Amino acid sequence: MSLIVDVMSGGVRGGTSIMYAALGETVSERAGVINLGTEGSMLVGALSAYAISVETGSPWLGALAGAVAGGLLSLIHAYLVVERGASQFASGLSLLFLALGLTSLFGAAYVGQAAATFDQWDVPVLSAIPVLGPVLFQHDPLLYLSYLIVPVVWFTLFKTRIGLLVRTAGERADSLTVHGYSVKLLRTGAVTFGGMLAGLGGAHLSIAYANAWFENMVSGRGFIAVALVIFAVWNPFRVMGGAYLFGMAIALGPALQARGYQFNQFALDVIPFLLTLVVLAVLGKRTLSSSPAELKRVFENAAPT
Amino acid sequence: MSIRKPTLRVGLCAAASALVLAGCSSATEPEEAAESAGSPGEGTAAVGFIMVGPKDDFGYNQAVYEGSEVIKAEFPDLEVLTAENVPEDDTAATTMEQMIDKGAKLIFATSYGHLDAALKVAEEHPDVVVVQQGNTITTDIPENSGTYFGTVYEPMYLAGIAAGAATESNKLGYVYAFPIPQTIANINAFERGAQSVNPDAQTVTVSTSSWCDPGKQQAAADSLLSQGVDVLTQHQDCTSTVIQAAETAGAMTVGYHADASSLAPEGWLTGAVWDWGPLYTDIVRTVVGGDFVGSPYNDNFRVGYKTGTNPFVLAGYGASVSDETKAAIEEAQAFLASEDGSPFLGPVRDQDGNVVIEEGVVPTYAENDAMSFFVEGVVGKLAQ
Repeated sequence: MSLIVDVMSGGVRGGTSIMYAALGETVSERAGVINLGTEGSMLVGALSAYAISVETGSPWLGALAGAVAGGLLSLIHAYLVVERGASQFASGLSLLFLALGLTSLFGAAYVGQAAATFDQWDVPVLSAIPVLGPVLFQHDPLLYLSYLIVPVVWFTLFKTRIGLLVRTAGERADSLTVHGYSVKLLRTGAVTFGGMLAGLGGAHLSIAYANAWFENMVSGRGFIAVALVIFAVWNPFRVMGGAYLFGMAIALGPALQARGYQFNQFALDVIPFLLTLVVLAVLGKRTLSSSPAELKRVFENAAPT
Repeated sequence: MSIRKPTLRVGLCAAASALVLAGCSSATEPEEAAESAGSPGEGTAAVGFIMVGPKDDFGYNQAVYEGSEVIKAEFPDLEVLTAENVPEDDTAATTMEQMIDKGAKLIFATSYGHLDAALKVAEEHPDVVVVQQGNTITTDIPENSGTYFGTVYEPMYLAGIAAGAATESNKLGYVYAFPIPQTIANINAFERGAQSVNPDAQTVTVSTSSWCDPGKQQAAADSLLSQGVDVLTQHQDCTSTVIQAAETAGAMTVGYHADASSLAPEGWLTGAVWDWGPLYTDIVRTVVGGDFVGSPYNDNFRVGYKTGTNPFVLAGYGASVSDETKAAIEEAQAFLASEDGSPFLGPVRDQDGNVVIEEGVVPTYAENDAMSFFVEGVVGKLAQ
């Protein structure tokens, strides 16, 4: 019992940074833009959040700075691919390496410094519920914020006019042009907003979960997030579930080891990725058919609309 | 990156070093005659240090830099040249050549992968001594070269005493990256130190398969703490996540690489940290005096409490460490420095209770550097 609760609780905590980033990537891809720079947005988000938290003593200002930094990096991506028609893959990867370099350079001063971080805050009443309490309601405020953001993003995407426009930019961009809307503006906005969420994900990693800044500390979580979006068929709630599932797969190894179960560590390391492959295999064509139509053009190297 | 390399491969080369080290002690004594005029490095005006990473990484390279600062203070007449972020390729040779142009006849190449470049430069400049930190020369050792490194499991044994005395749950937690021999020796020494004062103490191990992934470290620390572990330690390149996780949970901490007592004012016990000053000083003194050829440093030199100047030392104690524990640690350090002293003085049993090191046997530094099993009392499976 306690093993399951530990793994689920650990999955929610550890999966939240991935979830923020994947949610951002969902918005971006719904508008027709793949952002492989998500990992980079998480990195600049993690460092900015940590640095501002060290300088101001406020984790909330830190989180805000993380979102702004992640958004700015993605704005460059938006400019390159939307305005200049650059390759989405080349631009995203270049920005990742730019982010790696910049954060190594400017981050060195913050390695080993103590920052003001988000403390655990148990939600009154709810945290006392057996199983659900420890799994969902004994965490930090930045994690609770995601409980609000996920439904808001879902609602906005699927139930509001602006959401419809964003999705149309990803499905049938020409029809927007016909009706006098700016596809460029919509995509730029969606990509930037996505980067802000990725920045928040980085912030959760550096000032709420692991409470440290180190060079390249995101360690591929941004790429997992991009994969997760497909896994979750571009749906915010599925993104949430998928991120937690991935987090649990990561939390399973340490939880088993700490209980003295005899497992080969490298076998345990494979579980999260095995899980991803299994889900992709099961979903198969469903993911492809749910893909925003404009994304397929990206893969076919068609000229952007 | 930079910190992991030396630790990783010291282990991998341990088998090779076993052969070379066997010749170490005999080579040290009768070679006085070699010190004729024109000994390499003699009377050098400058000393060079090349580092693979930044000098302020709170780890391996910072320790090197701080060691070079000691040389600056100890030898005011010497010019100390340092170069950061020197890659492990021909750039290293070029950097060393530049230092030689500036008058350096002694160069410390401090990253594992600097060895090839170090040997190349040594060959081209017979009058210059190039010593390398952490790697092992497996061919004939030239008269103007050598390697050196320390023994980190000895201070980890002492830290284990502090942990074993402090724990109330008798469960100690160890977050590690990969099952390399150096890590295994650290974990085993830590557990044996704890057992020496607390026979019931267990060390529960959790691996992260990464030298620095703070997210995974947090998951590892959380899982250990939830199982009642009340002292956490680690073998990771970046250490603050695990230390803060322990402090937040009200558990105690044994540090690694750097004194992080400021991050854990309540729970800090002690830790194994670097101090290259005494060893660098002795090497510089040997070379400047013209005594390098045939000295212990003209070899694959491994240093521990027995030989003195171990670059790994115990960090300062936290407030909660009792005088009794401190006395036990002092006694143990004296034991390790004695002829028969070792964290692995037999009998040593593995996890299944089989005797691996027979009663009364003192394994050599080289044997310990090749360790491939967990001792009794360590919980966890060693991936082989």
